[in-house]
Amino acid sequence: MKTDIILCGVGGQGILSIATIIGEAAMNENLYIKQAEVHGMSQRGGDVQSNLRISSTPIHSDLIAKGSADVIISMEPMEALRYLPYLKKDGWIITSATPFVNIPNYPDMAVIEADLAKLPHVISINIEQMAKDNGVPRSANVILLGAAQKALGIEYEKLEDAIRRVFGRKGEAIVEANIKALALGREAQK
Amino acid sequence: MSKFAGIKQSNITRIMANKKLLLGDEAIALGAIHAGLSGVYAYPGTPSTEITEFIQNNPLAQERGIHSRWSTNEKTAMEAALGMSFMGKRALVCMKHVGLNVCADPFVNSGMTGVNGGVIVLVADDPSMHSSQDEQDSRFFGKFALIPTFEPSNQQEAYDMMARAFDYSEQQKLPVLMRVTTRMAHSRAVVEYVDEPRQQNALNYDAIAANWVLLPANARKRNDVVTAQQATLEEDAANSPYNIYVEGQNHKLGIIASGIGFNYVNECFPGGSPYPILKISQYPLPKKLVRRLMDECEEILIVEEGQPFIEDIVRGVADMKNVHGKLDGTLPRTGELTPDLVKKALGMELGECFDPCADVAPRPPALCQGCGHRDVYAALNEVLKEYENPRVFGDIGCYTLGFLPPFRAIHSCVDMGASITMAKGAADAGQWPAVAIIGDSTFTHSGMTGLLDAINENANITVIISDNLTTGMTGGQDSAGTNKFEAICRGLGLSEEHLKVVVPLPKNMPEITQIIRDEINYKGTSVIIPRRECMQTLQRHLKQKKAQK
Repeated sequence: MKTDIILCGVGGQGILSIATIIGEAAMNENLYIKQAEVHGMSQRGGDVQSNLRISSTPIHSDLIAKGSADVIISMEPMEALRYLPYLKKDGWIITSATPFVNIPNYPDMAVIEADLAKLPHVISINIEQMAKDNGVPRSANVILLGAAQKALGIEYEKLEDAIRRVFGRKGEAIVEANIKALALGREAQK
Repeated sequence: MSKFAGIKQSNITRIMANKKLLLGDEAIALGAIHAGLSGVYAYPGTPSTEITEFIQNNPLAQERGIHSRWSTNEKTAMEAALGMSFMGKRALVCMKHVGLNVCADPFVNSGMTGVNGGVIVLVADDPSMHSSQDEQDSRFFGKFALIPTFEPSNQQEAYDMMARAFDYSEQQKLPVLMRVTTRMAHSRAVVEYVDEPRQQNALNYDAIAANWVLLPANARKRNDVVTAQQATLEEDAANSPYNIYVEGQNHKLGIIASGIGFNYVNECFPGGSPYPILKISQYPLPKKLVRRLMDECEEILIVEEGQPFIEDIVRGVADMKNVHGKLDGTLPRTGELTPDLVKKALGMELGECFDPCADVAPRPPALCQGCGHRDVYAALNEVLKEYENPRVFGDIGCYTLGFLPPFRAIHSCVDMGASITMAKGAADAGQWPAVAIIGDSTFTHSGMTGLLDAINENANITVIISDNLTTGMTGGQDSAGTNKFEAICRGLGLSEEHLKVVVPLPKNMPEITQIIRDEINYKGTSVIIPRRECMQTLQRHLKQKKAQK
């Protein structure tokens, strides 16, 4: 088993908590993990990404080579396209449909949608809205994770368990909200 | 079985034992704690900050009373670590690469004094300059200061190396430089750790004054001793478990790979390398092992992250044509390594991939919405419109982003503290208005001495200390001078009439602009302190308050 994942978004959108859940699940499965993160200046509203690699055999490089990511999980639609050269030709993009506009020259959303539509495997979900509509407003990122579960190669129940361990400290209500968000994501990708 | 195979084997058994998913920085921190650390001394700097933060929050470190409070700058950090070592205990100093410039004096001279308790100087280099102003490679500093240097290639090795480096430091009676790069510092992997952490050293009085008092007469003796020691250090590097000669069948090429360069090479050969590889993780460079590879192989490829440190030595003045790397363009001379660059250097085909999407716009970092620095720049720009050729000397921190639109407000940013001293030099040259803008943490790091220079000559400059009550850029660490800035300025001799404090908010714009205008027009040194909490730490503090309720 080997999955190369690019997690991306805008600084402050919480891509690292998705990484934490995947990492927790993978570690519990005794898989090898490498997860390169971005800290420092870029976090100030700039584009951020994390290379997450999980495998049943040892992993050497912390970085993913071009054309080899199995999946891009993006909290923002334009950011999903930024890392296109890293995606496998038959790889998956799981992205939020909601643009995060903090630059004056953000492209027309129709252009971004058309670029995404050209790719073979894209799941675009309005996660922010879905999270609000379902009473889990702070778990939009976990909806995205639920939608990406199949592409990750980690069993759904293992992600649930990981959520329980990661959020357990914060109380049952937060755990349940995230479990619900995960399920919403799974439904949305069907 | 080769040494390399042995290491692979132990990685497999490790999976079942004590394990944690750790950043390279965190692995280093845990390794230090488990090696009997008594104090970490550091100034925040990306990508090294998380080491000290991990120690600050670690229960065992708290239980053991390990010193972990931030230092004012890297020089005070290094000197405090030497003091701890003098008393026999183990100390760790952490910094980013440019921090080593700041503490170059104690660092280089610690190579002369040597150590009593073990000292590790951990320096995190930042190739590609993700958060830095240059790409300097700290391995040169190790060589320059005659200090043995370690360079881990993965997180587990980083953890393991800490105990070994402390032991080695005490065995050789020298500090050890541990060099990592951004990708190693900020990447997570599963790390196995020991069951029983080593105890801390007891206080001892073994430090010999003649070694530590670097009077010329003493220092000459030490210089001979340390210089003579270099042969031993190189022999130790040749026998180091971290410097591994991996056999290969095909001798057309031999690869020297240091630090995380080793990982990228292995990534290119999932089934194992056909070529011999010399992995380097401990310096001085073991020339014996390099010569063996050169004797056995026709061509040599050197894969190292950073500047061509090994390559320069190997290539030599003979400029050997069979040696490839950054100096002959086989790998790029600048920027960090990637698996793709190494693949290309090995002459391998890159995989098929999508072209970059032309519609994606760059998204540069920016000052946070509501940030006080924004109001400072808005006011400053407003006032400076009234003058011909104003010059604003900037400094290192979030506010360096004031160079970018919409503010385009600063004309320089060189190193920590340079805003004040450059403004002074410009004023000496006849420039007016000469404005310095510096953050609170950068001011105490390296700005105070420059302000003393300015005040002593009553230089015609206006200094703005933009105080957000934290070290913001690195994520909101304590700032050494909080609540002391007026007292510091007065203590340096600044006149009371030209020390002004304002609250940078849009509603205060008339007051702030008038103060800036008045102080620019005053012929002498003045300091304006706009003070309002950083938005990042404010949000964190509000959250904590809410959680307590």
